[in-house]
Amino acid sequence: MSKTLIRGAKVLGGEALDVLVDGETVAAVGAGLDADGARVVEAEGQILLPGLVDLHTHLREPGREDSETVLTGTRAAASGGYTAVHAMANTFPVADTAGVVEQVWRLGRESGYCDVQPVGAVTVGLEGKQLAELGAMHDSAASVRVFSDDGKCVDDAVIMRRALEYVKAFDGVIAQHAQEPRLTEGAQMNEGTVSAELGLGGWPAVAEESIIARDVLLAAHVGSRVHICHLSTAGSVEIVRWAKSKGWNVTAEVTPHHLLLTDELVRSYDPVYKVNPPLRTEADVTALREALADGTIDCVATDHAPHPHEDKDCEWGAAAMGMVGLETALSVVQHTMVETGLLDWAGVADRMSFRPAAIGRLAGHGRPVSAGEPANLVLVDPSYRGAVDSARFASRSRNTPYQGRELPGRVTHTFLRGRATVMDGELV
Amino acid sequence: MPLFPGGNPRTSGHLISAADLTRDDAVRILDTAEEMARLADRPIKKLPALRGRTIVNLFFEDSTRTRISFEAAEKRLSADVINFAAKGSSVSKGESLKDTAQTLEAMGVDAVVIRHGASGAPYRLATSGWIDAAVVNAGDGTHQHPTQALLDAFTMRRRLIGPDAGLGRDLAGRRVTIVGDILHSRVARSNVDLLNTLGAQVTLVAPPTLLPVGVEGWPCEVSYDLDAVLPKSDAVMMLRVQRERMNAAFFPTEREYSRRYGLDTQRMDRMPEHAVVMHPGPMVRGMEITAEVADSGRCTVTEQVANGVSIRMAVLYLLLGGSDHANANNTANAAGTTARTEEK
Ligand SMILES: [Zn+2]
Repeated sequence: MSKTLIRGAKVLGGEALDVLVDGETVAAVGAGLDADGARVVEAEGQILLPGLVDLHTHLREPGREDSETVLTGTRAAASGGYTAVHAMANTFPVADTAGVVEQVWRLGRESGYCDVQPVGAVTVGLEGKQLAELGAMHDSAASVRVFSDDGKCVDDAVIMRRALEYVKAFDGVIAQHAQEPRLTEGAQMNEGTVSAELGLGGWPAVAEESIIARDVLLAAHVGSRVHICHLSTAGSVEIVRWAKSKGWNVTAEVTPHHLLLTDELVRSYDPVYKVNPPLRTEADVTALREALADGTIDCVATDHAPHPHEDKDCEWGAAAMGMVGLETALSVVQHTMVETGLLDWAGVADRMSFRPAAIGRLAGHGRPVSAGEPANLVLVDPSYRGAVDSARFASRSRNTPYQGRELPGRVTHTFLRGRATVMDGELV
Repeated sequence: MPLFPGGNPRTSGHLISAADLTRDDAVRILDTAEEMARLADRPIKKLPALRGRTIVNLFFEDSTRTRISFEAAEKRLSADVINFAAKGSSVSKGESLKDTAQTLEAMGVDAVVIRHGASGAPYRLATSGWIDAAVVNAGDGTHQHPTQALLDAFTMRRRLIGPDAGLGRDLAGRRVTIVGDILHSRVARSNVDLLNTLGAQVTLVAPPTLLPVGVEGWPCEVSYDLDAVLPKSDAVMMLRVQRERMNAAFFPTEREYSRRYGLDTQRMDRMPEHAVVMHPGPMVRGMEITAEVADSGRCTVTEQVANGVSIRMAVLYLLLGGSDHANANNTANAAGTTARTEEK
């Protein structure tokens, strides 16, 4: 197997060290390591992090290969510094059987760019009525541990309770897309002063918060694990903080776009800003950043949601919801969290690798950068400054809200079990 | 060269929102409409101003009243008119707005008058680069209906100040009460914006369920008590309340709604003698307004219809700049000149 010596990178933003990768594992970490025939990557000034792990990715295959495939999505993931992604279940057909999750898992293995851990649907067809075969999905080759009806909320309290209870048998977790359906009928954007002015159906914060409040109570009651997808409001933060203070087994994620963008952008009626949950207010953005910094929010998850051009090149009401995010997530986190002083690079490693891997119980990812660990690594040049250009995306879709916006940082190398998937900023 | 309208550089050259109009823009439209209204009293009602120009009325939502009003305005300006009713066709997917617009553009259309069920569709049409034609919003979702607000302001100025005395003037100090389903009303949004720009004091009256979240930030007062507001109103605008709202629990019953928020003769008597009753139509008699009030001399509904044609003539005239793409100042002068020529 080949050897690679990464020379002089700041490991987790700390001391500049050499890291020797031998085959699939990290062989040594230290100062002045001997290259000894290894390919050398000069990484002075760069940050070395464990490969990023995304708990929330829409790869669209099977069913919507016009917007993304497992191959294009994992190439986008590698470009963004990810070595593992959790593929959401809202495909066509829905990933609600062992057969579909195994298919997605296998496509991920074949891609070779990034590990794909399928998420199983909680209910058959995401319809919220009947539990899917959660056990069979867990027992399959895909070893599913995270279950979600993402895109739809498990709004029936009894179904949610049963799902939480049932997955205890195999240490599973229910990842809830918290959206009370009746309160969000016809909802188009955050409910507030901007929606009132624009005449777009309001999506009240309480529609998210009421479900989270119920679900943390349910999780506590049955002694199970609940994970809250894409927290978007200050009130949601308060509820999760309270639940954690009780010692309940609650985790939460925030998307990069909710750390940066607000509903003021909707004034353009440009559907690139249409997303579920909707962009909220400045006060929410501030609360989310603080919660990610203090650990109330466990991790950043992209909610990478590719859509073909025509689904966004139309009027707001007709447009699809979602944004791509894999290739810009780390830059947005550097911009919103690192450069504001809220989080150091070790914190970034924690929120974008260690914790998401731990929540997903994902073996081999989210491990420390030390000898004997799997060589899932990413090198970041934090001094880079450049405008986002979606024409360069590896993703099949271009629906980024950052087109033309200057963001800091660039992934120069990504290693998946020792193999470079990205070298000098280019996919290998 | 001043932009027209001048309130929002992104949408100048179009009429998308009443909020995009400066006070001077609005007064200029009202004054131009006054010229147009005088024309309507003469045997030959047509102006040659937009001869050779093509305007399409692109209606994704049914509204015979608004469409006919625009059509009358366009024909009186001698424009070539194309009516395009997209409603009922396969317009469930958004790309057909773009496709339709580009088809019309290829046919050399100078202006698109658009009515659409989705808020923001006219803004998108005007700012997305899909077409070059001037876009006039004839009502979008629950967002805006700027020509309705203009015709309402025009009606108020004529009634409360006078057709001649009103020229060059705004509505400073006039008290306007808007009653009904504010939440779902593009008419209310447009009126609040425009009336505020024109210096009027606006009060919204509705059950709390039919007011949008964040209404406290709007440039107006809010009240739940119609009786208290009526004596302090120069104009009372009753909005249509759809019976279906009842099923979505916005109010308990039709009877309770009309008892608390409907206008009957008893309530009308609480208004000052000079005050007028307005309604954008279509009215739901017995719901927000009784038949006696609707048919009384204080109710301006039919005047509003006539004024709508004058306002739409003025808007199209000012946007399309008469016979050439002259700048805004020239168009204003041209409006007066052309109208006066026709007088002879
Ligand atoms: Zn979701």
